[in-house]
Amino acid sequence: MAIKIFKNFFKNIFAKLFRNKKDIKLGFYGPPNSGKTSLANRICKDFTGEDMGSISKIPHETRNVQFKEKVEIKYKGKSMIFKMIDTPGITTKIDYEDFLKYKMKKKDAKKRAKEATQGVVESIKWLDDMDVVVIVLDSTQNPYNQVNITIIGNLVARKIPVLIVANKTDLKKSNIKQVESAFPEYDIVGISAKYGKNLEEFYEALFRLSKKI
Amino acid sequence: MVKKKRGKNFGKIKGFSIQFLPFSEIRNLDSTGRIKKVLNIVLGNNILILQGRLKPEEETRLIEDTMAMIGHVKNFKGIELAVISGNNGAQTNLFGKIRQNLANALVRGDLGAVTIIGPATIVKEIKKNPKKIELFLNR
Repeated sequence: MAIKIFKNFFKNIFAKLFRNKKDIKLGFYGPPNSGKTSLANRICKDFTGEDMGSISKIPHETRNVQFKEKVEIKYKGKSMIFKMIDTPGITTKIDYEDFLKYKMKKKDAKKRAKEATQGVVESIKWLDDMDVVVIVLDSTQNPYNQVNITIIGNLVARKIPVLIVANKTDLKKSNIKQVESAFPEYDIVGISAKYGKNLEEFYEALFRLSKKI
Repeated sequence: MVKKKRGKNFGKIKGFSIQFLPFSEIRNLDSTGRIKKVLNIVLGNNILILQGRLKPEEETRLIEDTMAMIGHVKNFKGIELAVISGNNGAQTNLFGKIRQNLANALVRGDLGAVTIIGPATIVKEIKKNPKKIELFLNR
């Protein structure tokens, strides 16, 4: 027992000493079409000049976990290097017929639905590997969705720091207050990833949170 | 309610039933057993009202297993899920949290919560806000 305690003590010290030298694994999680890839693209474009993934009005555009290594984010004279991980949207249901509304062929819709289900499973599997997670929510939608609560509950259980972003504040229906009241224990940053609105506050919150790990 | 159709024929829904499951039915099951039990009920065209709630990792496991079944079980399109918690997880003071955790540990679950799970072919949407919960059914 005593040996185990000593072993864990030194393991934690070494982990803390060398963690700073590794890139921080920053995950983007949330429901489909909340703007995870738009935000990841915005950050990548600002600091590397490249996009991270394609975006679309059709849900489940991101169906595989995507990575961007060595993204150095600079903010107010400070800098941090992140490994950015954009994940497929997590949901409890996927119906290929929903894609037909976007004039997609039945065969393509079925293929998209199948890939989307695999993407959800992949997203969940990656939860364990994150250092910091940004939950991207669509601020025009009801935030009391069980999937959001489930993701956050899992991150809390794994002691992974969480930042909640209320995206799409450029839209009239956006309601940041509702997101704030749904998650009173968290700092909520309202942004528009599409137009790059309020990203300064986002970077500040991200740096503050990343220091905790 | 009523007019329950047996079997797993999700495409042609003629009715459904609401099944209440007391927490005592799953208390002694491991995570795999709990999820299996929940999914068996949902796959039988039932809306499940579960006393208490699953652990966060069980909820994600339920989502994973649900995704694995879409495309493999005929006409199954997933589930709708909602948890109503008595205190909404909003115990902010330390004493309140300790008391709640102790009570949950004693009964090995959060009995102040209710979980609603239904097949997406029957339950179109579960709208939830702090004051009410609404189930919208597919026609």
